Amino acid sequence: MSKDIYVFAEQRDGILSKVGLELIGKARELADVLDQKVVAILLGSGVKAEAKILIEYGADKSIVVDHPILEEYITEPYTKAINLILIDKQPEIVLFGATSIGRDLAPRVSARIHTGLTADCTKLEIDTETKLLLMTRPAFGGNIMATILCQDFRPQMATVRQGVMTALKRDSSRKGEIEEINIEFVASDMNVEIIRIKKKTKKSVDITEAKYIVSGGRGIGTADKFDMLRSLADELGAEVAASRACVDNGWIDKNYQVGQTGKTVRPDLYIACGISGAIQHVTGMEDSELIIAINKNEAAPIFDIADLGIVGDMNKIIPKLTESLKKSKRIEGMV
Amino acid sequence: MKIVVCIKQVPDTTEVRLDPKSNTLIRDGVPSIINPDDKAGIEAALRLKEKVEDSIVTVMCMGPPQADAALREALAMGCDDAVLLTDKAFGGSDTWATSSIIASALKKLEFDVIITGRQAIDGDTAQVGPQIAEHLGIPQVCYAEKIEIKEDKLLIWRQFEDRCHIIKVGIPCLITALSEVAKPRYMSVGGIVDAYHTKEVMIWSYEDIMDTLDVSNIGLKGSPTRVTKSFTKEAKGTGAVLKNLTDDEAVTAIMAKFKEKHII
Amino acid sequence: MIGFTLSNERLLQRQMFRDFAEHEIKPIASQMDEEERFSMDLLKKLQKYGMMGIPYDKAYGGEGADILTYALCIEELSKVDGSTGVTVSVHTSLCCSCINDFSNEIQKEKYLRPLVESSKIGCFGLTEPGAGTDASGQKTTAGLDGDFYLLNGQKVFTTNSGFADIFIIFALTDPSKGTRGISAFIVERDTPGLEVSKDIPRMGIRAASNAEVALIDARVHKDNLIGVEGLGYKIAMNALAGGRIGIGAQAVGIAQGAIDEAVKYVKERKQFGRRISQFQNTQFKLAELQTKVDAARLMVWRAAAAKDNHENFAPLAAMCKYYASEVANDVTRACVQLLGGYGYTREYPIERMHRDAKITEIYEGTSEAMKMIISGLMKIN
Repeated sequence: MSKDIYVFAEQRDGILSKVGLELIGKARELADVLDQKVVAILLGSGVKAEAKILIEYGADKSIVVDHPILEEYITEPYTKAINLILIDKQPEIVLFGATSIGRDLAPRVSARIHTGLTADCTKLEIDTETKLLLMTRPAFGGNIMATILCQDFRPQMATVRQGVMTALKRDSSRKGEIEEINIEFVASDMNVEIIRIKKKTKKSVDITEAKYIVSGGRGIGTADKFDMLRSLADELGAEVAASRACVDNGWIDKNYQVGQTGKTVRPDLYIACGISGAIQHVTGMEDSELIIAINKNEAAPIFDIADLGIVGDMNKIIPKLTESLKKSKRIEGMV
Repeated sequence: MKIVVCIKQVPDTTEVRLDPKSNTLIRDGVPSIINPDDKAGIEAALRLKEKVEDSIVTVMCMGPPQADAALREALAMGCDDAVLLTDKAFGGSDTWATSSIIASALKKLEFDVIITGRQAIDGDTAQVGPQIAEHLGIPQVCYAEKIEIKEDKLLIWRQFEDRCHIIKVGIPCLITALSEVAKPRYMSVGGIVDAYHTKEVMIWSYEDIMDTLDVSNIGLKGSPTRVTKSFTKEAKGTGAVLKNLTDDEAVTAIMAKFKEKHII
Repeated sequence: MIGFTLSNERLLQRQMFRDFAEHEIKPIASQMDEEERFSMDLLKKLQKYGMMGIPYDKAYGGEGADILTYALCIEELSKVDGSTGVTVSVHTSLCCSCINDFSNEIQKEKYLRPLVESSKIGCFGLTEPGAGTDASGQKTTAGLDGDFYLLNGQKVFTTNSGFADIFIIFALTDPSKGTRGISAFIVERDTPGLEVSKDIPRMGIRAASNAEVALIDARVHKDNLIGVEGLGYKIAMNALAGGRIGIGAQAVGIAQGAIDEAVKYVKERKQFGRRISQFQNTQFKLAELQTKVDAARLMVWRAAAAKDNHENFAPLAAMCKYYASEVANDVTRACVQLLGGYGYTREYPIERMHRDAKITEIYEGTSEAMKMIISGLMKIN
């Protein structure tokens, strides 16, 4: 009889990833519906102390496997450990973060166990009648949504991206069980060799590849106002771009120009600040997923294509928005 | 070195549009393309072939008969031969079933290195590659942003969000390629002529691979997961234009939108 | 020609041409036009992917495809840049065909192979300051001196001459015989006595190279005579007949490129409270233009298929070139109008397409010359 909701709590360099905590939050919700427990799985080297934190974020139990071979993520040792745990514990549901680790690990585990796996879920619910996990996810490049079931195989497995679910507030008074498991690793479990680890430094980005863009137009007024946009961009993890007027005025380099004679971009978020929305600019960004426009002039054509239009002074709004973002990060509480 | 590249023919999802009246996908006239990550995989394979003497690149695709066009394109780029896995019995396969079918076909070929794309732009799961590796019992290295060869081992730059592992792995192995691993070459006019007149596409059905593949693992019946419902997201209407707000109200409205769209 | 649908193989060829044009040519087309200079880098890429030897036999290093594939190529390249279209077309149809269709094996190995296998560029020197539509008015002479011919004269409007390696030069070996005294020679660029001057500034196809070629006692070995003396006029007319398919394809491409740009624009541009694409006038106008281009395209395909089938394609080629070039001019002019003021600026590529279209009614035989051919076919002259 399979029981309980397991969450793979990712860690890197001994620091718990946000996605694992978010999934514990969701697992808590699902577990309460099923009247079952939430169990976090933590793999790593020298990470035992983090197990308690998982409980504080809502897990009833943490299972820890602490071994030098697990220090950096490598497919086989991680797959072996999780597989042995799942065979032993027989969970009902297992959740993984849809990160570059989760999307490597979860499919391998699901194939080893022979069960179904649903990737990049944006919604997880328990069906009131069947008690099955309803896993909803986008397909066709996001044009369509599908709800998936894993009826006959256990555990039901899903991966979820960071930022989709919400972590519970950390409760340091919360108590739970911590179980340490020893896995027998052998030399052949290291079937690849890590020669070197390179930590990422920021490299110059092509705006056509940016996920989020903060863009300035003629309304910016001066070159140094772009610093205001850069601060906002930094908070969002966005890139800065501009309309042709800014490039012609020498306020920013042509590499950042969006439009007919510049680049075409399709980011998930395009914030147009002081951009009127002339056709020559719009043609370069109108396929952006979410367009937010801020402009003093309520008749500006940019408002025809914006998902959210704000008639206002961007010189006041942008710095406040940046502040608001900084504050919200502090409140969320980085672990 | 014997390299096999697994590819998928997909609709160009950047061209797929929603019919606003019926709220369904318009697939007519949407061109079929080789999945971009897979195409980069083909290029990576061709570059390995250029570096290692006596190498062959075979390209394999599971799909309907019209997937022949995708294989011809791969041949025109320079692959040596092609296998089309096609059978009505394969229809409705989820990633478990798909990977089982492809793994059985691969068992029939000799291979040193298997390259797949990281994920397909229609399914977006990124599951098939690792599952194939598990069925074959070989090491996998995913998210490859660079592939090199050193003596008889492969050196792979494995990308994470915040770091990169440079991994050394022996053969046989499976690699899932990111589209940045290699910019795919154009086909040449003569290459396309060869693809259609000189090179071969072998067609395999379930019968050709059944000795290593149980029928309980294929098609809709062999899939642990199935789609119970599909629907479209709400249509993107013209957005709200908010006037006469104070600056703080404006910020609140923007932050709410960010939360709604999971930006924060 | 039976069947009007393109096979999967041709669709794949067209897809390659389209991708290449979109990513390798489109980004630099207006710059090449502004600088009046063809990119040598682009030339190398065209060679690398086999676009400079499409219809020629693999036995000589060509790509082994056919004229229809070649026409698809010229159309796709010309959609984004008319100059690239004519550069490839003159090389392929005018220069290479002379050698392919009339040369002996030694000449083919020595000259055709590098032209189609991808290292050399060819051009075609027929037109002279005093001999345009009246090609028989050749004044360039070729006098035999031992083992060499000495060529003297001037060639003008020789596309690709600025960077070509191999020139097909037509000259009178026997002035007394009129057109039957013209011979064709393969002349290499470094031939002493061959001088290429600067490009002539033009209204359109400004990136294409088009310099005057002077021949001052240019010494050309008799082994470089194509065929026999007196065969030159026939060789030239044969080349031009095939070339007209290329120019027809170029015109179709220019016209289609203009329509595609106009469609994009009218779907975005708003006037009088709505997108101008919603006005019936705009819709009807574009429908008319597209229908004309479709008709021109089918004429090009028919002429190409006839050539591939070794039928009498020359009259079909004349008709397709005449019609397609007129269509290209009508269409590009109408598309400038659809874009209004912005269509007149250099910010949009339409004005360049309109400037490029004009020459298609003139070179490789003016529309008037085409009508001479067509009415001759109808036996009314």
